[in-house]
Amino acid sequence: MAARFPTLQRLLLPLAAAVSFSLGAHAAEPPIKVGLVAALSGQSAKSGEALTRGLTMAINEVNAKGGVLGRQLELVRRDDESNPSKGMLAARELVQREKVTVLFGGLDTPVSLAIVPLANQMKVPFMGIWAAGTKITENGAADNYVFRVSAVDELVDEALVKYGVDNGMKKPGMILINNPWGESNEAGFKRALEKRGLANAGVERIQDSDLDVVPQLTRLKNAGADTLLMVGNVGPSAQVVKSLDRMGWDVPVVSHWGPAGGRFGELAGPNASRVHFIQTYVFTDHNSAKGDALLAALKAAYPQIKTLADVTPAVGIANAYDALHLAALAIEKAGSTEGKAVRDGFYAIGDYDGLIKHYQQPFTTTKHDALGPEDYLFTHFVNDQIVPLKAKE
Amino acid sequence: MFTAAIISGLGLGSMYALLALGFHLTYVVSRTVNFAQGSAMMVGAVLGYTFSITWNWPLWLALPATLSLCALYGLVIERCLVRPFHSRGSQAWLMATVAAGILVDNLALFTFGKEPRQFDSSLAHLNIDLFGSNVGAQQLLIPLAGAAIALVLFLVRRYTRLGKVLEACVQNPKAAMLMGINVNRVVAIAFAVSTVFAAIAGLLIAPLFSVSAEMGMLFGLKAFAVAILGGITSAGGVFAAGLLFGLAEALITLYFGSAFTQIVTFALVILALATRPNGLFGSQALVKV
Repeated sequence: MAARFPTLQRLLLPLAAAVSFSLGAHAAEPPIKVGLVAALSGQSAKSGEALTRGLTMAINEVNAKGGVLGRQLELVRRDDESNPSKGMLAARELVQREKVTVLFGGLDTPVSLAIVPLANQMKVPFMGIWAAGTKITENGAADNYVFRVSAVDELVDEALVKYGVDNGMKKPGMILINNPWGESNEAGFKRALEKRGLANAGVERIQDSDLDVVPQLTRLKNAGADTLLMVGNVGPSAQVVKSLDRMGWDVPVVSHWGPAGGRFGELAGPNASRVHFIQTYVFTDHNSAKGDALLAALKAAYPQIKTLADVTPAVGIANAYDALHLAALAIEKAGSTEGKAVRDGFYAIGDYDGLIKHYQQPFTTTKHDALGPEDYLFTHFVNDQIVPLKAKE
Repeated sequence: MFTAAIISGLGLGSMYALLALGFHLTYVVSRTVNFAQGSAMMVGAVLGYTFSITWNWPLWLALPATLSLCALYGLVIERCLVRPFHSRGSQAWLMATVAAGILVDNLALFTFGKEPRQFDSSLAHLNIDLFGSNVGAQQLLIPLAGAAIALVLFLVRRYTRLGKVLEACVQNPKAAMLMGINVNRVVAIAFAVSTVFAAIAGLLIAPLFSVSAEMGMLFGLKAFAVAILGGITSAGGVFAAGLLFGLAEALITLYFGSAFTQIVTFALVILALATRPNGLFGSQALVKV
C-alpha cells in the first residue's frame, strides 16, 4: 500500500499540473502594456486628460471582449511636461522597463519629434494621436515605425487655405506661434498659397506670454490682409481675438485646432465664435451610434462630464479611441507583441468601422497617416461648446 | 496705429516698471532682491480672481484682501528666506527666493488649476478713440496707475517720516540702527511693499491677459532686466527704463515685425549696459574704506 501510493502520486501529479496549468493559463497571462507619453501637467494638461480618456474607453471595450491575443490591455502613462527631453526619457523608460507594445504620443509636436528616432531605433510602433507636425510620420527613416490617427499640418494648411479661398480670401496674413509648430505651418501655408497663385500679407509671430498682439495685427492690417490664418494654442489664440476686438478690426480668422485645447470660449470673450478652426471629431446632439455609446460610457466613467461642453477637446478623445482600436487590431494581426510584427500588423488592417470614420486599409508602407483632409471638419465656439460650422457659413 | 502701439508699449512698460520698482526698493534698503517677484504678480492675479470671480466677493473686499495677503507673502519671504542668510553674510537668499518663486508657481498649479482663466473686467471691453486709434480703457488705466504708484512712492520717500526712515536705512543702515531705527522692520516693510507692487501689476494686466499659474515667470525676468537697465538704485531711472523697455517692444514689433522683438530689445539692453555699466540712470556706488 505504501509502495503503491507514490506510484499513483507520480501518475496523478503531471495530470493535476496539466489541468491546473490549462485552467490557470488565462488568468496568469500578463497584460499587454501600451504606453502614453503626453502632457499630464502644465497648460496642456487637458489634452493629456482627453487622450487618457479616449484610450481608457477603448481599452475597456477591448478588454470586455476578451482582450487581444487572449490577454488584457493595460495603459501605462508618463508625463512629458511638454518638454522634448523629458518625453524622450519617458518613452525610453516605457519601452525598456515597462516593455510596452505600442507607444502613444501627446499634443506637442517637438516632444513627438524627439521620440520618433527612438521608436524607429528600438523598433517599437509609435502612434501619434494629437501632434500634427508633418515630419512626425514623414520622418525619412528607411524602417518607419511611426503611425498617426490625427491631423497632419501640411494637409491642415491645405484645408485651411482652401476654406479661406472658398470664403473669399485673396490675401491672407499669417499669425503663428513662435515655435517649430508655427514654422511647420508657415511652410505649409506658403505652399498651399503658392499652388493657387496667391500672395500673403506677411507672417507675424505670437508667444504664450504676449499681452498685446495689436502691433503684429496692425502690420498685417496695413499690409492689406483680408483673412488671418492662425496657428497657436489656446492662450495666444485668445490674445489675438482680444487684440482684434481692441482694434475694432472685423477680419475672418481661419485657424488650426489650437483653440480647441482649453477654455477658448471663456478666454477670448464673446467674439471667440469668429475663429473658425478644424477638428477631426466633435460630439454633438446627433452623433453616430458609436459616438452616442462612447459619450454615454464617458459620462458613466467620468461623472464630471455632464454636458457636451465637458467633452472637449473631443479630438483628443476621438483620435485616441480610434488609434487604440487600430493598434489592438494590429497586434491581433501580428499574432505577437514583437515590434516588427506589430508594425507589419498595422499594414495588414483591412476595414475598421471607427468613431471618426470607416477606415479602409488605413496604413500602407507608404502611408502612415490614417486621416486626410476629407476627414477634417470646420467648427467654431458657441459659448463654451465646439459646434460644427455649416458649409459656406 | 502709432498711438495704439505707444499706449500698448506704455501699458506693458508700466507693468515691468512696477515689478522693477519692487526690485529697487528691497535692493536699496538691504542690498537684496526678491527673485519671486514674478510669482508675487501671479499670486496677486490668482487671489484676485479667486476672491472676486470664484467666491464672488465685492471689489472693496477682494482688493484689500488680495493686497494684504501679497504683503504677507513678501514678509514671509523676507523673514524666512532672506534675513536668515543675509544676516550671516551668505548669498544663499538669491537661490532661496528663486526656489520660493518656483515652489509657489507649482502650488498655484495644483490649487488654482492648470488652465488659464479669464479675469473679466468691464474696462477691458471699453474702447476709446484716441487720436484716431482704438485704445482699450484698461490699457490706458495701466500706465496711469503705474505712474500714480511711482508718484506716491516718490512723495512718501521725500515727505513722510517713513520715507526719512527709509532714506536713513539706505544711506547708512548701521548709523540708522544706532539712532534707534529698527532696520529689520524697514527691510520687512520694503519686501511687503515690493510684493504689493507686483500684485497690483498682476491685477491690472489680468483682464487683458489671462490668469494662470505660469504667468509671472517671464514678466519677473524682464522686470529684473529693466531694474538693471534703469540703474537699480534709482527709482525714477527704474520707472523710466520700464517705460522705455515696453515702448521698445511695441515699436520694434510695429516697425520690424514680431520676429525681431526679443532679439532687438535684449540687444539694446546689452548695448546700454556695455556703454553705461551702472544702468541708464544709475550712479556708481561709493564704498568708504
